[in-house]
Amino acid sequence: MAAHTSQSVAKAAGEDDLARGRSRRTGSRTEGSSGRNRPGLGQVISKHWYAWAMVAPVVLVLGVIIGWPLVRGIYLSLTDANERNVARTIGVNEIPATYEFVGLDNYTAVLADPVFLQRLVWTVTWTVACVSVTFTLGLVLANMLNRSFRGRSFYRMALILPWAVPGFVSVFAWRFLFNRDNGILNKVLEGGGIAAVPWLDDPTWAKLSVITVNVWLGVPFMMVALLGGLQSIPGELYEAAEMDGASAWQRFRHITLPGLRTVSMTVILLSTIWTFNMFPVIFLLTRGGPGDATEILVTQAFREAFVESPRDFAGSATWGVLILALLMIFALVYKRSLRKQGEVW
Amino acid sequence: MRRGIAATALVAALALAATACGGDKDGDSGDKKAGGELSGTVTWWDTANDAEKATFEKIAKAFTAKHPKVTVKYVNVPYGDAQNKVKNAFSSGADAPDVIRADVGWVADFASLGYLDRVPAETAKKVDSEFLPQAAASGKFEGTTYAVPQVIDTMGLFYNKKILKDAGVEAPKSLAELKTAAEAIKKKTGKTGLYLRGDDSYWFLPLIYGEGGDLVDAKNKTVTVDGPAGVKAFKAARDLVTSGAAITNATDGWNNMQTAFKSGKVAMMINGPWAVADAYAGDQFKDKSNLGIAAVPAGSAGQGAPQGGHDLAVYAGSKNRDAAHAFVDYMTSQEVQAQSAKELSLLPTRTAAYDLPEVKNNEMVQFFKPAVDKAVERAWIPENGSLFAPLQVQYTKAVTGASSPEDAAKAAGAEFRKILKGWK
Repeated sequence: MAAHTSQSVAKAAGEDDLARGRSRRTGSRTEGSSGRNRPGLGQVISKHWYAWAMVAPVVLVLGVIIGWPLVRGIYLSLTDANERNVARTIGVNEIPATYEFVGLDNYTAVLADPVFLQRLVWTVTWTVACVSVTFTLGLVLANMLNRSFRGRSFYRMALILPWAVPGFVSVFAWRFLFNRDNGILNKVLEGGGIAAVPWLDDPTWAKLSVITVNVWLGVPFMMVALLGGLQSIPGELYEAAEMDGASAWQRFRHITLPGLRTVSMTVILLSTIWTFNMFPVIFLLTRGGPGDATEILVTQAFREAFVESPRDFAGSATWGVLILALLMIFALVYKRSLRKQGEVW
Repeated sequence: MRRGIAATALVAALALAATACGGDKDGDSGDKKAGGELSGTVTWWDTANDAEKATFEKIAKAFTAKHPKVTVKYVNVPYGDAQNKVKNAFSSGADAPDVIRADVGWVADFASLGYLDRVPAETAKKVDSEFLPQAAASGKFEGTTYAVPQVIDTMGLFYNKKILKDAGVEAPKSLAELKTAAEAIKKKTGKTGLYLRGDDSYWFLPLIYGEGGDLVDAKNKTVTVDGPAGVKAFKAARDLVTSGAAITNATDGWNNMQTAFKSGKVAMMINGPWAVADAYAGDQFKDKSNLGIAAVPAGSAGQGAPQGGHDLAVYAGSKNRDAAHAFVDYMTSQEVQAQSAKELSLLPTRTAAYDLPEVKNNEMVQFFKPAVDKAVERAWIPENGSLFAPLQVQYTKAVTGASSPEDAAKAAGAEFRKILKGWK
């Protein structure tokens, strides 16, 4: 059913347009107005004024908290704004803005810098690693918790716990655990006669550590979403499959996975976007270190804007816009590939 | 018609919400001299560390005894976040402090951005005549005094006298001696010789000074960190770690350093007077005389440590500037400096304070005063504080072996030239 609609949309966009046009014409004709193809703006407002009034607050809020910063960010990325030349008011002194429009200079500078590629490669590695491990673990746990056994609700609660703790609290707790000289993890290893592991002091270990923490934080969401998906798969399918003598693996492969497809596609997309921009885990755990080994794109943007001084607002905005562009491309490609597979999204 | 009523209600509700949002912000900003008397609230952001903050809070609150109508609000901001937090507060003006304790490296930066109020002329004159000249210089930007020096410091080699005695070694005078001493310490006591701070590039300064170099040459507008001395300094840092003479961390360095030194896991650390109060709180130093102090080990070209310290400055947007300046005067007065020297072993910035018995007789002051006198003064350029963030990335990489000393020096130089536009 779903496949059918989406295919028709994709296949016959022109036809669709035509149909819409037709209905519009019919609409205006029945109303008996001037007979133009398009109703005037005033007419639209007067007809649906109530709907506009209801939508207005949301549009306004979104415009203020998302639209304006976005436009401002894009504009700043085309200037040479930094801490020393933006307008600021200090007590009675008003210092006017003196930054200038520089066109695409910031973009050429960032893209020509090898740092961008380094950060991008690690960001992609980190995203793919985190999402795949989180998804696999979430799937396994959801399947385990979908059976009935004693204490199931206790386990469900326990596994959701990481989600209930504020992110920064968990990250700081992990930071204490990971401390090489005084952390609990190394104390335990020491008890077992294993030399201290430089969890956050060695570039490779630090990368593993940040991924571990992010997986730990992300699993509950995956698990809950997939558990919901599992419960929506009708039990009769499994019964029928069992009657036909399908093995456990076959049932999983041919009933569970297809049944979870819509849910998993959505959670993978969300998880990818969140992980790509997962600022707190990286920043609070390693601050992008050791050196710059775990610096992802967003933390780099933050570094430009707030860590280094003079604060480079233009450079940071450039990184921000590039991140946005990358994620939009990803979402488009993802959407298209889903459509090919016949999913509505 | 019912629709009309609903819509009116909606509009009214929205209007109400809008007015509620724009509630009044500035309740009281009562300052001014009501009949010549200072009043109002002075908010002070202090960056003192955990071992020092109680004392400073006590001293700051005592200001009220002199000016009963002034309330002092003491806020402790961790040093690591302070530069950022101050900039956020100063640039937006919201909840900005009236007085800040600024690292000497930040003053020119804040002043160049227009955030700081000039020190009143009389006080500025006193700063020039009564304070140590190198301390007074740190509060100036383009010839104008923007901050009053509160404390001055430099670095030294802290050592655990008992461990060194057990190992039969003297406090090392150079990096070479330090390595042999560390070997002896390891052999005889099983402890590590030195904790080398790996996550803060300030600890790189004694190393590069020891090789006869500096980060930049401000006179000739040249970046020198990537010169031969810089490469040697990065090498020396890495060598201390690979030879086993030192342990280091890429994160949580301060806590790990203090814990390791206080619990006797390491015999030595390089640190400044700000660490004395905390060190005395450790198990190893219950008997204060066990804490020894010596000059920072020399590199191949000599011995050098950076001159640091903290200044007090008033926010240009402060609503209570008169009281704020009076508070700064009080906090930098001779009696307060003597008190912080006595209780926290921090070094006064007033020349005359060193003649007071409680200052003169403090063992830490006795060591640090001559050390400060020959400490290396940094160039007081606005970018001073900006150099540490990019340098830290390279320093950590070099210390942990993630990149070679040559690459680290080269990358640091490239980053510096991005900040110091037009420099060689």
